[in-house]
Amino acid sequence: MGIKISNNQFKERVSEGIENTTMRGAVSNAQERLYTRRLTASQELGNWEEWRELGEQIRQHTLENLDYYLMQLSESVTNRGGHVFFAKTKEEAANYIKEVTEKKNARKIVKSKSMVTEEIELNKTLESIGCEVVESDLGEYILQINDYEPPSHIVAPALHLTKEQIRDIFQEKLGYELSEDPYEMTKFVRKILRQHFMEAEIGITGCNFAVANTGSICLVTNEGNADLVASIPKTHIAVMGMERLVPTMEELDVLVGLLTRSAVGQKLTSYITTVGPKYDEEADGPEEFHLVIVDNGRSNILGTEFQSVLQCIRCAACINVCPVYRHIGGHAYGSIYPGPIGAVLSPLLGGYDYYKELPYASSLCAACTDACPVKIPLHELLLKHRQVIVEKEGRAPLTEKVAMKMFGMGTSSTNLYNLGTKVAPVIMKPIVSGERISKGIGPLKNWTAIREFPAPSKERFRDWFEDYKKGGRNE
Amino acid sequence: MRVTLFVTCLVDNFQPNVGKATVQLLEKLGCEVSFPTSQVCCGQPTYNSGYVKEAKHAAKNMIQVFEEAEYVVTPSGSCATMFREYPNLFKGDAKWEERAKKLAEKTYELTQFIVDILKITDVGARLKGRATYHTSCHMTRLLGVKEAPFTLLSNVQDLEIVKLPKSENCCGFGGTFSIKMMPISEQMVDEKVESVEQTEADYLISGDCGCLMNIGGRIERLDKQIKVMHIAEVLNSR
Repeated sequence: MGIKISNNQFKERVSEGIENTTMRGAVSNAQERLYTRRLTASQELGNWEEWRELGEQIRQHTLENLDYYLMQLSESVTNRGGHVFFAKTKEEAANYIKEVTEKKNARKIVKSKSMVTEEIELNKTLESIGCEVVESDLGEYILQINDYEPPSHIVAPALHLTKEQIRDIFQEKLGYELSEDPYEMTKFVRKILRQHFMEAEIGITGCNFAVANTGSICLVTNEGNADLVASIPKTHIAVMGMERLVPTMEELDVLVGLLTRSAVGQKLTSYITTVGPKYDEEADGPEEFHLVIVDNGRSNILGTEFQSVLQCIRCAACINVCPVYRHIGGHAYGSIYPGPIGAVLSPLLGGYDYYKELPYASSLCAACTDACPVKIPLHELLLKHRQVIVEKEGRAPLTEKVAMKMFGMGTSSTNLYNLGTKVAPVIMKPIVSGERISKGIGPLKNWTAIREFPAPSKERFRDWFEDYKKGGRNE
Repeated sequence: MRVTLFVTCLVDNFQPNVGKATVQLLEKLGCEVSFPTSQVCCGQPTYNSGYVKEAKHAAKNMIQVFEEAEYVVTPSGSCATMFREYPNLFKGDAKWEERAKKLAEKTYELTQFIVDILKITDVGARLKGRATYHTSCHMTRLLGVKEAPFTLLSNVQDLEIVKLPKSENCCGFGGTFSIKMMPISEQMVDEKVESVEQTEADYLISGDCGCLMNIGGRIERLDKQIKVMHIAEVLNSR
């Protein structure tokens, strides 16, 4: 499985999404709210474009010197008494954490939200050795108790659910008896989670950013759950994608500001904490700290035309503006990474076999590229995928290939173009009624399934222009 | 001013009236318009589908066709964007990159050309009714032309312009996306038609024929009473 969350084919997943009007209502509302909040937050800050450029520079610089900063991070953590493990694959990452858990004889583990632990299927591994794993992010918790429903969004994993649906899940799974008021529901879950925090022997967090020169892990939440996960249990394991680091606190400052504004439209979230191995002079905190740095396909992206996707700081701004995501929802992408970033990243991490349609699930409207706080040219990367699929992988359907080759020929030679455009009205005549085509054939079939197509004009512009210039016409 | 018209293949074959309006409008504004007949298509359909080799063939033809032009003007934000993309397409190609750059630099979308180069904000047009304007994604986000169409439309006599709600939303055209991803495209165009209806406009105006074919085709299928017009036709109305 890994990043894959479904076995259904793309077409089925899309239909399922489109038919789920409740989900679409929830997604559309959330998008609208987040859109306004993000715009307000970026305008309040001022000079947004310059901040984006700075963010882009920091991310590019870090990626270009990734080996250096990873080494520095590893040394900083080790010098502070922490353990660092570089995992090449998801299995290596999950196994390392399993071994730590076994060594500690841990029975209960609390987690805060982390996409990379989804990627390495950590919960499954830990549950297989009899551990109880509790997700403490409210959204993740809802999905976990709902028989591990997959996340549909990288920041708000249960974004596709309405409060009424969440109430029903709580009723069914937890015997909840109160209303769908978010405050009441949160209070109820908070009580349950508090108990878990106190009992857990190990806390596992993700990592929004690791700071290379201090060996710190920065955790950004609004619920404060990550802080409890990283401070109460005796052992803290942080899991990070290998690209998620910054050189120093100074760059962290810039990126956290971009992250919170882009993700949720806040200047700062309620909790922004940097943690790491306990310093000698500190009275409390976990006794043991492990940092697991996960590659799982990322280093294959380095140095390729797709490298800029690694600039991503997982803010989901691109997802929140994407019209395709709005209509099909996160699950339709078949990946834990949905939306534009998912359409770029999923084929790279999970391969074209299952994800070859995703790069086409975009009208190239570029709303994603515009929204990205670190200027990843998302729609251009989608185009690059299409080029790879067609030219390198040779996976395009034959009919498309033939049509495109013919179109390519017709559009690079004036003679062929003239022939084609003169013949077209004749060929199309049988399907034209009035000035339109309502029932197209071939590639037009899907167009006319939902809209009219104009019949080719009897007189092309160029024919009119020729006459016009001769002075024969003036209309 | 001498202007070389890049009419686009959609206009040439399906909407010749938009081309006529563009010529007449530019002439009214004092331009001398020429139309090199060896122009074909900018190559965007193949480029956006991943057929870069084919797109390059089309692009090379267009670069040659417009080599002598002083200003290249086109009634399409999307096709102008494609010309602007040519230098990227030929990056590192010693023979073509420079030539692509020259074409990109002298290419303008129609309203952009009128406002930025001709420095005209009132073209003396007149059209009675209530209209709304669809900002196409490529024209606004990629070409960066945001104000020019509104500046020109605001000076059209007797025309009331109503803001389109959620105007930043894509209409769902996306070239081959409209065919390949039809079920998703349908949801997007329906959302757009709904926004247009909310304005109670008589006319839906845009600067891109692709979007207009998509929204207009859906409006027609749903039997709605909204007339679809290209901005060149509006600005050429008297």
